[in-house]
Amino acid sequence: MSISVSRRREARPNHIRKSRSDRVFDAVIYTAAALLTLIALYPMYFIVIASISDPNLVARGDVLLYPRGVSLEGYSYLFSMSNLWTGYGNTVLYTLAGTLIMLIVNIPVAFALSRKDLPGRGFFTFYFIFPMFFGGGLIPTFIILNNTFHMLDSFLVMVLPFSVISYYIIVARTFFQTSLPGELWDAAQIDGCSNLRYFFQIVLPLSKAILAVIALWAAVGHWNSYFNAMIYLRSPERYPLQLIMRNILINNEMAATAMTGSAAADLNRKANLIKYGAIVVSSLPIMTMYPFVQKYFNQGVMIGALKG
Amino acid sequence: MQHRAGLHRTPALLRVRKNGGLYLLMVPAIVIFFCFTYLPMYGVIIAFKDFKPAQGIWGSAWAGLKYFERYFNSYMFGNTIINTLVISLYTILVTFPLPILLALMCNQMYARRFKKFFQVSTYLPHFISTVVMCGMIIMFLSPSSGIIPRLCGFLGMNIGDLMGNAGAFSSIYVWTEVWQHVGWDSIMYIAALSAVDPQLYEAAEVDGASKWQKIAAIDIPMLVPTMITLFILRCGSLLGVGFEKVYLLQNDLNIASSEIISTYLYKMGLKSNQYSYSAAIGLFNNLVNFLILILVNGISKKISDTSLF
Repeated sequence: MSISVSRRREARPNHIRKSRSDRVFDAVIYTAAALLTLIALYPMYFIVIASISDPNLVARGDVLLYPRGVSLEGYSYLFSMSNLWTGYGNTVLYTLAGTLIMLIVNIPVAFALSRKDLPGRGFFTFYFIFPMFFGGGLIPTFIILNNTFHMLDSFLVMVLPFSVISYYIIVARTFFQTSLPGELWDAAQIDGCSNLRYFFQIVLPLSKAILAVIALWAAVGHWNSYFNAMIYLRSPERYPLQLIMRNILINNEMAATAMTGSAAADLNRKANLIKYGAIVVSSLPIMTMYPFVQKYFNQGVMIGALKG
Repeated sequence: MQHRAGLHRTPALLRVRKNGGLYLLMVPAIVIFFCFTYLPMYGVIIAFKDFKPAQGIWGSAWAGLKYFERYFNSYMFGNTIINTLVISLYTILVTFPLPILLALMCNQMYARRFKKFFQVSTYLPHFISTVVMCGMIIMFLSPSSGIIPRLCGFLGMNIGDLMGNAGAFSSIYVWTEVWQHVGWDSIMYIAALSAVDPQLYEAAEVDGASKWQKIAAIDIPMLVPTMITLFILRCGSLLGVGFEKVYLLQNDLNIASSEIISTYLYKMGLKSNQYSYSAAIGLFNNLVNFLILILVNGISKKISDTSLF
């Protein structure tokens, strides 16, 4: 009895003082978080409502919280822009092929480098990590690709030359080092299992998490990139989506087909409508996929955070 | 003696033969890296040559340091270096501490559903492509129809044409960068915080520590190694401001403060075909980055025992 009373007497004032300052603290934290959530989401929400609203109302600043003068005019223009859809198709192809190549190329290296019994491990690690810190640069790379390999304006240039990513190798290597017990390889060896068989039949099935992480990173990277396409592609029919988007959003080039018969005043109005719609259409696959796969992204960053 | 030497050699050879499969796994990546990453490093010598495509990299005549001197003496040298440094330092100053703050904040939230929603929404902008991001910036800031000048108008402010204002360029670049990546960049710190032993907090509570004190005495020291590693990496790209976003946001009106080293060398190299000149600028840029990285890494190793290599 006496013990519990004295404890209560001691704990009480302390407890009350803490809870008041902590309540203020919590209120500040949650208010700030709500505000930040709003700031993060609103611009994206605005794009969506602007894409289905009357562009005149959008331009006047009358569309802020919900769509007004709803019409799908913008989207019907978009569907008639053939270059946008060619770009979409190209991007899907580049993304699929590019992601597959990145997995085929990077994962085995990461596995090999994760093995302490690899002779020359130090050298190979250096070979794959050094380019993170130093490189030939844009022009020498362009000259090698153009003059030595004649790869300009080809499908291959979009998926092959830049498929080895040091960062992916580091992350996957750390994963193999931390998640595969050494005894596994010892046991496999005793059963007469070769390195290759061990990798393909035992390691890969156990490593779905890291395969998912790298595949998702690679896919998002390919989907969103425009730089390599701008440097190495020449013919518009090979352009990926992001390059078409650049022409629409930044260079203000609208497909003539979508614009025929429009009066000049009407042109600018439609141009903005198309821009909003194009942003929605081009970002939709990643944005809709993201909430379902986000745990893999986070996992990947955390694996990368472990020092390798 | 010979016998012994032989014995000595066999294990290494045996190991190599035994692990032949591992080399096989590396072959594709080794070849690709050699052709498209290491060959361009050799190609960098065109910075010291008068490169003519017909004569090839090796066949072109040596030019010494001509192209470096040309860059150092051109009026674009100071201009591009200053613009690059301003954008870069401004970016580090703002985008380095903010993810830490966000992670500390996130770590204080106990409403699970809300926390999850908060995290997912702040990560989301990271997945917007650079092109779309720049398109949004340009549209939102447009003085005739943009939503930001409109909102500022409601508040009685006239911000004018920000995209055409050279003085505003670095701020636009940095703060949109914050909007897009602050959530994502906080993941590393959130991961580091989730590794904190709960007993530490309990012990602090028993000693009557307030939330602020727990943050200062437990959370922040936990984050220091992550901070240092990320900081070294950031310093390594001090002169490496991303080309993609700056290039898309450039226009004739803001070019005075938006022409950075990478955009300038792109224009010199691929638009005006001055290959050697452009390669020299690129090499200079890479070398400076590399040296800063080594330097910061060395300093960090000395004073905090944390380093990349």
